[in-house]
Amino acid sequence: MLAYLIRRLLLMVVTLLGVSIAIFLLLRIVPGNIADILLDSAGMIDPAEKAKIVTDLGLDLPLPVQYWHWLSGLFHGDLGYSYVSEKPVIEEILPRIPITARLAGLALTFAICAGVPLGVISAVRQNTKLDYFLRILSLSGLSMPAFWLGLLILMACVKWFGSIPIYDRAPATFGAWLAMLAIPAASVGFRSSALIMRLTRSSMLEVLRQDFVRTAKSKGLSDTAVTYDHALRNAVLPVITTIGVETAFLFGGLIVTETVFNIPGVARFLVEAIRWRDYPMVQNLVMFIAIVVVTVNLIVDLLYMVVDPRIRLGA
Amino acid sequence: MSHKWIRLFAAGVCALLLATGGAQAQKQGGVLRITHRDNPPSASIHEEATISTDMPFMAVFNNLVMFDPAAKQNRLEAVVPELATSWKYSDDDRTLTFQLREGVKWHDGKPFTAADVKCTWDVVSGKVDGKMRKNPRKSWWFNIKDIVVDSPTQVTFHLNDPQPSFLVMLAGGFSPVYPCHVPAAQMRTHPIGTGPFRFVSFQQNESIKLERNPDYWKPGRPYLDGIEYTIIPNRSTAVLALEAGKFDMNITGELTPELVKDVLKAVPTMQCLVQPSNTEGNLLINRDRPPFDNPQIRKALALAIDRKAFSDILSHGVDNIGGAMLAPPEGIWGWSKAFMETVPGYGSDVEKSREEGRRIMRELGYGPDKPLTLKVTTRNIPDYRDAAVLLIDHIKNVYIQAELETLDSAVWYARLLKKDYAVGMNVQGTGIDDPDVMFFENYTCNSERNYTGYCNRYLEALFHKQSQMKDFAARQQLVWQIDRTLQEDGARPVVYQSQGGTCWWPAVKGLHLAVNSIYNHWRFDDVWLDR
Repeated sequence: MLAYLIRRLLLMVVTLLGVSIAIFLLLRIVPGNIADILLDSAGMIDPAEKAKIVTDLGLDLPLPVQYWHWLSGLFHGDLGYSYVSEKPVIEEILPRIPITARLAGLALTFAICAGVPLGVISAVRQNTKLDYFLRILSLSGLSMPAFWLGLLILMACVKWFGSIPIYDRAPATFGAWLAMLAIPAASVGFRSSALIMRLTRSSMLEVLRQDFVRTAKSKGLSDTAVTYDHALRNAVLPVITTIGVETAFLFGGLIVTETVFNIPGVARFLVEAIRWRDYPMVQNLVMFIAIVVVTVNLIVDLLYMVVDPRIRLGA
Repeated sequence: MSHKWIRLFAAGVCALLLATGGAQAQKQGGVLRITHRDNPPSASIHEEATISTDMPFMAVFNNLVMFDPAAKQNRLEAVVPELATSWKYSDDDRTLTFQLREGVKWHDGKPFTAADVKCTWDVVSGKVDGKMRKNPRKSWWFNIKDIVVDSPTQVTFHLNDPQPSFLVMLAGGFSPVYPCHVPAAQMRTHPIGTGPFRFVSFQQNESIKLERNPDYWKPGRPYLDGIEYTIIPNRSTAVLALEAGKFDMNITGELTPELVKDVLKAVPTMQCLVQPSNTEGNLLINRDRPPFDNPQIRKALALAIDRKAFSDILSHGVDNIGGAMLAPPEGIWGWSKAFMETVPGYGSDVEKSREEGRRIMRELGYGPDKPLTLKVTTRNIPDYRDAAVLLIDHIKNVYIQAELETLDSAVWYARLLKKDYAVGMNVQGTGIDDPDVMFFENYTCNSERNYTGYCNRYLEALFHKQSQMKDFAARQQLVWQIDRTLQEDGARPVVYQSQGGTCWWPAVKGLHLAVNSIYNHWRFDDVWLDR
């Protein structure tokens, strides 16, 4: 068990190192840099001014030197300075992480809380009207783009309630906070919940036909006990995998949702940073997202061991 | 008492009532909430050329002089004192002396003096390296010979030549006085000014907050406790939030005429104004690259454009048609309708112009079976892209088959710099409706904003000539001729002059917008909230 954990942690480090090289190089392969954007924003054409900015920001240094500066800074907790805001990157990123974390957490909670039970119900009530309805609902969730759904929700809010959930850094009450984040979270979590629902349903249908389920039923166990204690426990493994993968995908959905609902989180900030070619900001944000995704995957692998004794014993 | 005296007395009473009534009606307090379209590149007005910086940060500063906020048109006659209490030209019009307001303090408590004025214009005119990253309007101040601090409250600008527009340029929103003692880097992130509002915070991609300056030199102003800009890049979200009452107004000129209609339909009491933004769509033609090194092909290309169709399609006919200078009645220097009819490509008979274009192309060996193929390059932004698509359709009429090439902003700039394009569709704004600003900023050989590198020494001499003319009518005639030559020469053929909408809730009072620029009326010291 310990050896497995160490192996996984080492693999994490290698993965993150790979990500750091990839993002560093990819950013520099993309044409244009911050000097182009800065001069473009001032509507200026001046090669001398561009050269001055490039030198000031150290963009003319050899790539390995630039990479080393960044990496060694990371190890010392120095993420560098944003080219745009001219503030330490850490000051820009830190206040935004909780915003995105809360939104992602709520979205994931919504996706799991809605997706798993509805998937189970859909499987248990296979081919009933309820099953058809839930399948249509899940298909809708997979088909509707998050930005479109978000805008529809906003328009409905204005039409029916005369207000919209625009982000406020200091909402007056917990209720106001929840209302402000719940709608965007549901909007971004809807797709994930649909996916989880469909996967839970198909996995459950497969397990419900297994011999051990029939045995449990013949032992006289209640339907609830059979469904949740026996069937779901065995059907949940692929669902856990999906939840892990969806956590990574969630960031993609969050970019759209944070833009539509104007939430100043990490995801929207990343898009802007890429647009500005704000290398220090993008590099560190992508590294942060990579750490989150790799950590979630590690947690998922560890959950496998908790849920499935065969994996635990094998490890 | 005669009727004349009765009428005069009554008028006086009415005026007094109106004046006192108006003063009583103004309420102190409240925070003005405005939607902002994108993240400003920095907070330093002198380093930027975008309304995204100009509008939110103009209230932090003062100019020496400014355009009267109550005047509808930004023009020389509307220039009023601000940090300068008065000014005087020498007899030869080459020396301009300003008396400065006493007792004015910067937001950090230090006193404002004439040295700050000298310091600011020494840097922006390029005489001194002020450590600014960018200086996009250096070309505006070509005429400054020297600036002399006569005393802490008097400063004199020595000019190479007389220049009536010099005062106009000083009055623009892009000409604030900066403090000498604050470094350029700080001005980009935490600006210090003398204006009615103090800088509080600038959260990237989130918000800009200003608070009332309690030590403002203008007694009783500003009325507002603060101004908050929330950055909402998604236009649909911004409009919905405005309609829902989450904001008091939108950033100026950002709404299309169609969106303004939608807003008014949703909230009939909303106050909206669609007006010229002094922003134009124009063509960047790479005259260094064949075949556009041939003036005949440039002419044929320009003759293919149906400007009315651009206006009809892009803005339901709201956009103006004109040359480089903003068209009347909002613009001061734009061509009259009769004059415009005489400019090639601007006549009402578009088919005739296109036939002329086709004739030129046929003479050069092109035709329906042998079209000229090229790429029309533009930024991947809706305003740019839509216009470029229309352009491609129009130039088919003169045997030019074009393909659309859209570029990310960073790449767009890099390509312009390398002159790696054939024809580019460009959109750009100008701070002040004035020929000196337009010509020197965009068309002089060494200007930082001369994207195409257009350089015509003969025209440049005319730029200087018109700049020195005091007689408005004579100067206007010369400006028209220069503008005509610029269009004929394909310097940067203007396709449309766009209009944009600004909406605000009725509770916002004292807001005055100019009809010929969106850049100069954002001091907000007269604005108050009735709620």
